[in-house]
Amino acid sequence: MLRYAIHRLLLMIPTLIGVAIVVFFMLRVVPGDVVEVKLRGDGGNVSEETLKLERQRLGLDKPLIAQFGDWMIGLATLDLGKSMWTDRPVIEEIGIRLELSLQVAVMATIIAVLIAIPMGTLAALLRDSWIDYVVRLVTIGGLAVPSFWLGMLLMLSLLTLFNWLPPITFTPLYVDPVANLTQLIWPALAVGYRYSAVVARMVRSSLLEVLNEDYIRTARAKGVFENIVVSRHALRNALLPAITVIGLEFAFLIGGLVVTEQVFNLNGIGKLFVQSVSRNDFTLIQGMVMMIALFYMLVNLTVDMLYAAFDPRIRYR
Amino acid sequence: MAVATPAVAEAASRTRNPVLAFGRAQPLGAVSLVAIVAMMFGGIFAELVAPYDPLAIDFGSMLAGPSIEHWFGTDAFGRDILSRVIYGARTALVIGFTSSFIGSTAGAIVGTASAYFGGRLDSVIQRFVDILLSFPIIVLALVVVAVLGRTLVLGIDVNLIFAIAVPILPKVARVVRAAALSVRAMPYIDAARAAGYSHLRIIVRHMAPNLVAPYIIMLTAYIAQAILLEASLSFLGLGVTEPTPAWGLMLSGNASDFFREAPWMILFPGIAISVAVFAFNLFGDAMRDWLDPKFKL
Repeated sequence: MLRYAIHRLLLMIPTLIGVAIVVFFMLRVVPGDVVEVKLRGDGGNVSEETLKLERQRLGLDKPLIAQFGDWMIGLATLDLGKSMWTDRPVIEEIGIRLELSLQVAVMATIIAVLIAIPMGTLAALLRDSWIDYVVRLVTIGGLAVPSFWLGMLLMLSLLTLFNWLPPITFTPLYVDPVANLTQLIWPALAVGYRYSAVVARMVRSSLLEVLNEDYIRTARAKGVFENIVVSRHALRNALLPAITVIGLEFAFLIGGLVVTEQVFNLNGIGKLFVQSVSRNDFTLIQGMVMMIALFYMLVNLTVDMLYAAFDPRIRYR
Repeated sequence: MAVATPAVAEAASRTRNPVLAFGRAQPLGAVSLVAIVAMMFGGIFAELVAPYDPLAIDFGSMLAGPSIEHWFGTDAFGRDILSRVIYGARTALVIGFTSSFIGSTAGAIVGTASAYFGGRLDSVIQRFVDILLSFPIIVLALVVVAVLGRTLVLGIDVNLIFAIAVPILPKVARVVRAAALSVRAMPYIDAARAAGYSHLRIIVRHMAPNLVAPYIIMLTAYIAQAILLEASLSFLGLGVTEPTPAWGLMLSGNASDFFREAPWMILFPGIAISVAVFAFNLFGDAMRDWLDPKFKL
């Protein structure tokens, strides 16, 4: 098991190098860079000389191969470089925003799991009843309603019903839990709806599949109480695919946060990513892409490990 | 989702008209098809359907609520929201269809080639697909937007279409490759190879016809994703730009400043996005159940 985990961790290195190569060259294929956006973005009249000096300072005038070498050496020494826009280290830019985004992601996950598992289970057990239809409708809706629009509706209803808007400045959880939670619960709900829809659909379909298995019929024939059949025999097996979906969606929450943070004006990872893209801030984009890829791979590995923990038939070597 | 009973399936196969057969086997799919056709009608004939010019600024009726003149109200420039929603359908459908088509077709070609040739080419392609799959689609689309910038053709940003197509490609490639692998193992492929046909002929004439079902399923499924992605990118200000009417764009900018005084500004475009994505999702599900019930996305 441990050997398998170490093996998988080592396998991440070539993939991450692949990501680093792809993102580096993609960003530099096409003309246009941060200097142009920064100095000429507002239509300002800046001389070519100034642009050249700024490029020199950022190392953008070096040959591509030299820039690539710097990037690779930086990665090898775990140095993601400095943001080309703010001149602060990429790690620092990400670090100060990570807490907020991570907290929203964790809260959204908790919301999703709390809603999705009972909802999916109920729908599967009461198949084709009105409850099932409601769950199916609500979950298909969850896939269709954009999270940023849901966020706007939430804000609108808070405003009209309570004449209150969540504050814009971030209060950490350990400073004032109430202020923190009342601020972040809304974006978490907006993102969590889609998340719970995806998970509930998975729980429903995999539970339906498991309920048709022979061992469920055997358990029932033995006279096992129905709620034990469901909780011990069916759910334990049905939740495995749900864990995969929860894990993968968690890794991909950054995607939902990209738009939702914009709506709630939260200064998190998603907003930073959009900013860095619209500013052509190459180093920051590169750093964030590497971070997202690494995060995704780690979550993937964790999911696989959890699989083994939940299902004794799975043994990794 | 809806399991076709044998009687229904039989009735479907007896009916000549494929649209009727589809409607009988997949009632939900048929309802969504009606919604889609209505959207297409509105989008294509927007000039005739829309009551106003979507770009006409009227400072006399700024932020006016829904009324007989303006069913969905007006925005901060006095532009008619109903007209903008109708023209927005054109933008959403054009971008949704073309990007899903480009992404799915390129993905199908890559997936088929990867499965057919196998060996080193296959593993190189699959590693590349792995890399692309380890990003949320919007992150990937944003990187492509950052790379390509904007190129406007007929008021539509072709690079935006490309940015939406790129994240679709690896997903389709992965699924089509799996289907192609099982087709490749069929005896008739061996026979074709033994007969000395060229690779191209085997792929086009013998493999492709058997991969149409997964291709069509993926294509329809990703139209919904593409429309949602376009709306998100436009909302972020990195997709469709003013003054072109687009649903996501209508939710950004001054819509968020005025949504307290004029909630209709955010209500109707959001409903339009949701209904469109909902309809295409249902339609995609129905196509899957109809063409290949065992197929998993």
